[in-house]
Formats: sequence, structure tokens, C-alpha cells
Amino acid sequence: MLARGTGIMQAGVGPEVARLQLSRPKARLRLINATVSRGGALLLGTLPFAAVAIAYLFASAQRLAVNPSDKLLPSPAQMWSAFFDLATVPDKRSGDLILWADTYASLVRLFAGVGMATLGALCLGVAIGFIPRVRAFLLPFATVVCVIPPLALLPILFIALGLGETAKITLIAIGVAPVMVRDIANRVMELPPELIAKAQTLGGNSWTMVLRLVLPQVMPRLITCVRLALGPAWLFLIAAEAIASTEGLGYRIFLVRRYLSMDVILPYVAWITLLAVTTDWLLVRLSHIISPWAHPVQNR
Amino acid sequence: MSRIVVHGLEKSYGDARVLERVNITAEPGEFLSLVGASGCGKSTFLRILLGQEQQSGGVVVVGDQPIVPEPTPQRGIVFQRYSVFPHLTALQNLLLVEDFRSGGPFGRVFGARRRSARQEAETMLERVGLAHARHLYPASLSGGMQQRLAIAQTLLGRPQILLLDEPFGALDPGIRVEMHELLTELWTEHGMTVVMVTHDIGEAFKLGTRVLVFDKVRHDPQFPSAYGATITYDLKLDRKSRASARDVAEVAAMVGTTRLDSAIATTAS
Repeated sequence: MLARGTGIMQAGVGPEVARLQLSRPKARLRLINATVSRGGALLLGTLPFAAVAIAYLFASAQRLAVNPSDKLLPSPAQMWSAFFDLATVPDKRSGDLILWADTYASLVRLFAGVGMATLGALCLGVAIGFIPRVRAFLLPFATVVCVIPPLALLPILFIALGLGETAKITLIAIGVAPVMVRDIANRVMELPPELIAKAQTLGGNSWTMVLRLVLPQVMPRLITCVRLALGPAWLFLIAAEAIASTEGLGYRIFLVRRYLSMDVILPYVAWITLLAVTTDWLLVRLSHIISPWAHPVQNR
Repeated sequence: MSRIVVHGLEKSYGDARVLERVNITAEPGEFLSLVGASGCGKSTFLRILLGQEQQSGGVVVVGDQPIVPEPTPQRGIVFQRYSVFPHLTALQNLLLVEDFRSGGPFGRVFGARRRSARQEAETMLERVGLAHARHLYPASLSGGMQQRLAIAQTLLGRPQILLLDEPFGALDPGIRVEMHELLTELWTEHGMTVVMVTHDIGEAFKLGTRVLVFDKVRHDPQFPSAYGATITYDLKLDRKSRASARDVAEVAAMVGTTRLDSAIATTAS
């Protein structure tokens, strides 16, 4: 048994240790060394949310007290009832439940765009990173395409592809793919040459090395790429929906802006945030499932 | 199992010449230890034998053919670092050998072939003392265990020539001695030709049947990189009678090591 606390006292050095424990100087660690307990971290993490919520409630209450029909800072009750109506009461004209129809339309566009971009980026990135001839052929082109602002291409896409779904999905895909291609290609080029040499001495050819060495090693980075790409993807989605659409989360926000309907806009923004956070969390889970080796067990 | 003949080998990077006039003939089953000062080109020489780099002149013949200028299953390699695949468990690392060798376009064998490959892999894990770690990823293995796994993986590839690039350089002295025993046993069992690069003179003498020293013989004070290193010392050891301390001291002086005592101690262990 190791002596600990009272154990030490029994061993006969008790008073000394007890005195030292009492007189232990109040630890004044450097800021970078002062760690945070779990509860403390939870509290600190909640604070900014609480601060924003309280500030909003306070401002909203003040404005509504002056003018009960004020539209700029609706009360939580007003926002909830507006949101609840959109989610449960069918639209008079189309008969749709607007929130769900908007969410479905937007998510289909988002996932179709990001999905196509991911697939394309994976194929191109691995080819550019692994095969010197393809690298010489496509890397300069990919580097140049990367710096074209995608929103500047939006009019071209609308002219060339019409105002339908294709243009919106293409915008998202074109918007996020080039950065992903470069990132994946870089990751492949960073693979230790030792591993590639070793795979060859074990009889791997270019294709089987892609399957058994490159793809598994690139997968964690690919998922990180998708997580980072989802931010810009939402941006392009809402921009495209704001300009030409008849349903979708971005379309709705820009539609009700004309009526200053903050009671719809604010819950919609919160809803989009929730969707984005959930997607991100699911991608992290996916990465843990696909590539357990890249996520060593965290010490809890 | 295969003869290695190197004749008139040269390697330059631009103006800087690293190796010149390297000539060796290694008989099948020999264990060559390559030693030399840091940066003398012994690792470059090994990478040329591997096919990862190409010589600027001269020929390298393994068996009766000049080597293909890319790594092939004929020559196995164990590096000091990155020597196993981090995304596969110990067992999967060993199965990968059969997957690559006869897995076709999927890079994977199925059915009875997989079962026999698994059997072989389990036996090999047992052999190198990693049976308990079969489902661990390399990140959770110690340095010594990773190198044991790397050697096991390379041997499953049944190379004619085993190349070792400072394989034990990053290990603790105690683990190193264990690895020496393991390597000697495996070499005796399989009988392949081994070429090992090492910094450790004692290790070179203990394991090798032949010690080769790489050094520069020509110097140009105005242009230090004008001349490359070559083999300046070629000592065949008799396994029965240990290398004499005088030989060790002589080689250590050439390489310029300061740890002569430890070198002699390792040789004697």
C-alpha cells in the first residue's frame, strides 16, 4: 500500500507533513498552466450563451414595453409561436408545412453539393498527390481555379444552367471543391516516403496502394475537409436561395425580410445553426468509426 | 539467397558527390554491416539498393539481373521510423503482406486464402512475441514492439535481400540487445542476405559477418563536396571467433566515434 494522506501520518512523519499541507503556498500558476475542472469548463462555456440570451431578453423587453407592436426584437414567446406555426400549420396556398419543406429542400441541395465536391475532391486529390504525371497535368490548374471567387461564378451558372436546382448544387460544389482538392493532394504528398517504399516492397502496385494505403490514411483529413467546407457551403446555399428559389431556408429568410419578420428570421437562423452543429457532430462520430487509429483514446 | 554485385557505383546531387567508386560483392547469406560518419552516404547507398533512389553511375546487380529502379518484393526494408502502417492493427499489418501479394485489384484476399494468411500471420506474431498485441494499432505499441512488427512484416514478404536502415537506432539499450537476438535468430532461420546501416559500431560487429566502412579518401579543401565517400575498410568476420577489440578500435577510429568503450562492450555481449 502506498502511503497517502492519513497513511503518511501513521508512518510517523505525520506532523511534519500535516504542517506542510497546511502551510502549502496558495498556488499561483502561470495562466497557461492553470487548468479548468470539468464543472468549471461547463460553467465558462455556458457563460457567453447566457450573456447573449440575457442581453437580448433585456433589450427586447425594454422595446416591447415602449411599443408592444415593435417588430425588431420579438419576445421569445412571439418567436416560438411563429416558429411553431411554420412547423405545424400547413401553408394556406401550397398546403406544405413550411419549415420542413424548407429544411428538406435546403439539406438536399447542401448534401448533394458537398457530396459531389467530396467525391470529386477525393478522386482528384489522390490522383494529383500520388501520381506525378497527373500532378504535373492538373496541379497548376487546380491552384488557379482555387482563387476564383465562387460567388462571381453564380451569374454564369444561372445563365448556363438555368435557375433550377442544378445551378444551386453546382455553385456549392464548385465553391468548396477546389480547396478540398488541394488539401487532399497535400495530405497525400505528406505521406512518409518510407511507407510508400515499404508498401512497394510488399508487392503493392499503384492501384492497390491507393486502396490499402492512401485512402485509409487520407480519410480523417477528408472528413475534416468536409467539416470545414460546410461553412462556405451554407454561405453559397443561402446566397443561391436568396437570389433564385421558391423554397429553402435561405429563401424564407430573405422573403420575410421584406416584412421585418424578425420573429421568423431569428428562429430560422437558430435552426440553421442547430443543423450545422448536428452535421458537424455526426461527421466527428463518423471519423471515429471509420478511422479509430487516428483518434487515440482521450484521457477522461 | 541472392548475390549482390555493386560495381563502380556513383551518386551525386547536382555538384555534390556523395558516393564514388563503390565496389562490393556480397555472397548469398552474408550479413553486411555498413558504418561511417553521419552524412557519409551509407543510407543513400541503402536507398539505391532499395530502388528508392537511382545511382548516377555504375551498376547494381542482384541475383543475375540489374535491379529495377523502384522498390520490389525482391528487397525488403525496415526503416528506423514509419516502418509499419499506422492505420492497421498489428495483425492487419501482417495480413496486408498477403493482401498486396495476391489480393488482385481489391488488394485483399478472401476465403480460404485469407484464413491461411491469418494463420501465417498469427504464427509470425507469436514468433516475434506480439501475439498479445495483435489487435493494437502501432500508436499504442512501444518503439521496440513496432520494430519487431516491422521486421515480421518484412520477413512475411519473403525478400531475397533484407535491407535495414538503422533499425534499432531509436531503441533503448536493453531492448536493442533483445532485438539483436531476434534478428540473429530470424537471419539464421531464413538465411537471406542482409545489409544493415548502423551508427553503432558494436552492433555492426556483433551482428555482421562483414563490416564495411564508408569514408572519403580524397579531399579538396576548396570544394569539400567534390569527392564522395567510398568503402575504405572491408573486414570479414568469423562468426566463431569474435572480432578482436583491436579491429573494433580501428573501425571506431575511422568513423570517429567517441564511445569506443561501449562499442567494445556491445561486441562482447
